[in-house]
Amino acid sequence: MPKSLAWMIGGDQGEGIDATGDVFGRVLSRLGYCIYGYRHFSSRIKGGHTNFTVRIAADRVLAPQANVEVLVALTQETIDRNAHLLLPGAPLLADSQLKPVLPDGCEARLVEIPLTQIAREVGAAVVRNMVAVGGSAALFGLPLEAFEAYAREKFERKGETVALQNVEALRRGHAFIEELGLMGRFALPAPRPRERYLMTGNDSLALGALAAGCRIMAAYPITPATDIMENLAGLFPRFGGAVCQMEDELAAITLVIGANYAGARAMTATSGPGFSLMQEGIGLASMAEIPAVVVDTQRVGPSTGMPTKNEQSDLLAAVFGGHGEGQRIVIAPGTAVQAFADGFEAFNLADRYQCPVIVLSDLALAQWLQSVEALPPEGHAIDRGAIVAQEELDRLTGEFERYRLTEDGISPRALPGMPKGQFLATGVEHASSGKVSEAPQNRIAQMEKRSRKLDPLRARPGAIETSHTDDAEVVIVCFGSIVGAVDEAVELLRQDGVRAGRVQVRQLWPMPDVPLAAALRGAGKVLVAEQNATGEMRQLMRIAGLEDDRYRSLLHFDGTLLSPQRVVAAVQELSVKEGV
Amino acid sequence: METVTLQDYKTSEKSWWCPGCGDFGVLAALQKTLVKLGIPPHRVAIVAGIGCSGKMGNYINSYNIHVVHGRTLPSALGVKLANRDLLVIAAGGDGDGFAIGMNHFVHAVRRNIGVKYIVMDNHIYGLTKGQNSPTSDHGQKVKAAPFGNVESPVRPLSLALTAGATYVAQGFSSNQAQLARLIEGAIAHPGFAFVNVLSPCVTYNKINTYDFYKQMLHDLDEDPEYEPDSRGRAIAAVLEREELVTGLIYHDPGSVAYEDALPGFAEEPLAGRDIALEEADFLELLASYR
Ligand SMILES: Cc1ncc(C[n+]2csc(CCOP(=O)(O)OP(=O)(O)O)c2C)c(N)n1
Ligand code: SF4
Ligand SMILES: [Mg+2]
Repeated sequence: MPKSLAWMIGGDQGEGIDATGDVFGRVLSRLGYCIYGYRHFSSRIKGGHTNFTVRIAADRVLAPQANVEVLVALTQETIDRNAHLLLPGAPLLADSQLKPVLPDGCEARLVEIPLTQIAREVGAAVVRNMVAVGGSAALFGLPLEAFEAYAREKFERKGETVALQNVEALRRGHAFIEELGLMGRFALPAPRPRERYLMTGNDSLALGALAAGCRIMAAYPITPATDIMENLAGLFPRFGGAVCQMEDELAAITLVIGANYAGARAMTATSGPGFSLMQEGIGLASMAEIPAVVVDTQRVGPSTGMPTKNEQSDLLAAVFGGHGEGQRIVIAPGTAVQAFADGFEAFNLADRYQCPVIVLSDLALAQWLQSVEALPPEGHAIDRGAIVAQEELDRLTGEFERYRLTEDGISPRALPGMPKGQFLATGVEHASSGKVSEAPQNRIAQMEKRSRKLDPLRARPGAIETSHTDDAEVVIVCFGSIVGAVDEAVELLRQDGVRAGRVQVRQLWPMPDVPLAAALRGAGKVLVAEQNATGEMRQLMRIAGLEDDRYRSLLHFDGTLLSPQRVVAAVQELSVKEGV
Repeated sequence: METVTLQDYKTSEKSWWCPGCGDFGVLAALQKTLVKLGIPPHRVAIVAGIGCSGKMGNYINSYNIHVVHGRTLPSALGVKLANRDLLVIAAGGDGDGFAIGMNHFVHAVRRNIGVKYIVMDNHIYGLTKGQNSPTSDHGQKVKAAPFGNVESPVRPLSLALTAGATYVAQGFSSNQAQLARLIEGAIAHPGFAFVNVLSPCVTYNKINTYDFYKQMLHDLDEDPEYEPDSRGRAIAAVLEREELVTGLIYHDPGSVAYEDALPGFAEEPLAGRDIALEEADFLELLASYR
């Protein structure tokens, strides 16, 4: 039995492909399966090919599958582009209305199904895709009741008729496949039902931020970050907060800085182009020691790049972007669970270290659906960092020293509204009082203070996460969403007798050099895998002294999701060429 | 009302402005007004831009945040949303507000954010030593435009009026009494209040001098024919006189501030609230992802 099965639906953009994929994935999730749902799409709104794949497994999968077991085609283009993903004999469900033809040499089994016609008979052309879902359920031998129940729940608010039409469409599609004798053509492994949620990294990150007490979100729309803004716009009014859709990212970041300065927890979320615009503001937060949480859901750059494709190429911009030497913290979640944790922890880090915290997400994490088992709000406590007590301000005889030189570099802040705590927060170099100072000794003291405060982070627990490193002859180092592909590759390699391990770098700056060195000490080879062309993480590791003749790079930058097979091949190549 | 004195609003910082700079007058009028209204300094947040004018915050003992060039208004909105009990004053120059920050100006107006915006409009870039600004006159010769300014000036008052501003005033830094009155009106106004101040740069602008303004300005406050209650008449009045007017130009008594219009937005300051999420709420939200 294969580890997982994959189902794909394809058609033109604007034909409800995503919504259909969502229904199929969600019902399977409720049936107890782990889901990874990913899309191929372009920047067009209507027209242009799009497809949605639902990968189904008993245990967690977070990477694309090389082939698909079932393809549902709503257009001939879908067939032409994707039929090669089907193994010989695998069913290709195509709307008969298309008069579909298989590409030359394709050995898939073409199953014509009158999707449009059935939908018309049911009374609503829009339920066409549900006919396909019903047929797909039959192919996998899945209980139709679960789909019916979901359709009733989902379409209830649109009225009885709509709900019934959807249910009828499911039934008719199911019956059609059953009559062809294809019922249960693919047996799924037994599910492991438990409380599970199907969400994207954007979904869970927004929830994490809300749970951390973020109540102000300012942003300018950009793919693939916009869902964070849209999710919070729906949630904040209930909790007294506000989402501000700003005129640009310059406004978004500086609003966030103003709000954090005045004591709220505020965030922004953007992608590459907006992130570039935010750099000056991020520098202000570094200099004036104001907390600020910035989410960068990376996509292919530079410039407009490939806005709907995956890449991890903003890393160096996150760490070193902007002028001057502005201190910041950069963390990178790779799964929806981690996105929740980072969406929460980013605010604690920002308040504790009084600096910008950049959460480096990426398109695949941001947008693709994955199964999540219980997001733990426990284990996360709100920490507002050092805020001066009012009693202390009351006792002051002189002025409040906002940027007092302390041993750990962290100086308690006063929040506007606190009597006797007034100070100047400025992007100009300043003395401990906050007043502008260009004195050389002061410059050195304040610069060192701002740098020193981040030092302990190099050893922060959780800054790296390891798996199978203890006996590993080759360790794959990665960050972000590709951890799913890397983990699957490790599993495949181990089945093949290659002792592979994985290190996921969760905090990219300050580089956790000590735990990283320890985790990599025993490795014969270190493969640094990243979705960019210049090996940005490897460059950072080199700066942190993590480079020797064991290190190699796997660079994947064609915009597609990194597959486990590509990682396996890279490791095998190492072993063949160099003998692990 | 607590007793607040001018001393409470002073800082130990030595003034950096050139002797005679118009910005002294703006600072004095603002401090006087805050004292008159008895607002304690810790309840005031000044968000200043970059420029000579941006030094404003250095000389007032309130909470101050001195941001990056042009981003005065969005930062001020952030401060206001975090703590709506604060009096939030944004202060900057004509370059800060109408060149690099122009985008934000129009949108702050449109949103009607609860921020008082004081622009020290000297029709020049002071801090960078005398380049033309977006309000510089056509033909003005400076080092960066030795053959004269070929561009036409932005008209801040009519711009604000057409963008939907609910409080528009113009002061002159030499006319302290009027300027203080206009700032007081701005503070009382719910929503965005814009006070453009003609504030001469004695070092780099040889055209828009104190004498020039004394001769040219028409005081609408003293004009028995003028009432600041009609947007249309206000636009006509300022355009007719090429904006060489002072006084309260327009005031919408029905103004509703952005923070009051936001759905569900907390009535008490966000800062200082208990921000933890109830577990029941969290689980309910999570359940929507089933
Ligand atoms: C992004 C950026 N660009 C340019 C500058 C340089 N700069 C500082 S102040 C200023 C213009 C100031 O003019 P204005 O806002 O009218 O203020 P004034 O000095 O006249 O009061 C410029 C261009 C800067 N600080 N930041
Ligand atoms: S240069 Fe002009 S604006 Fe700047 S301080 Fe001097 S007089 Fe004032
Ligand atoms: Mg100026």
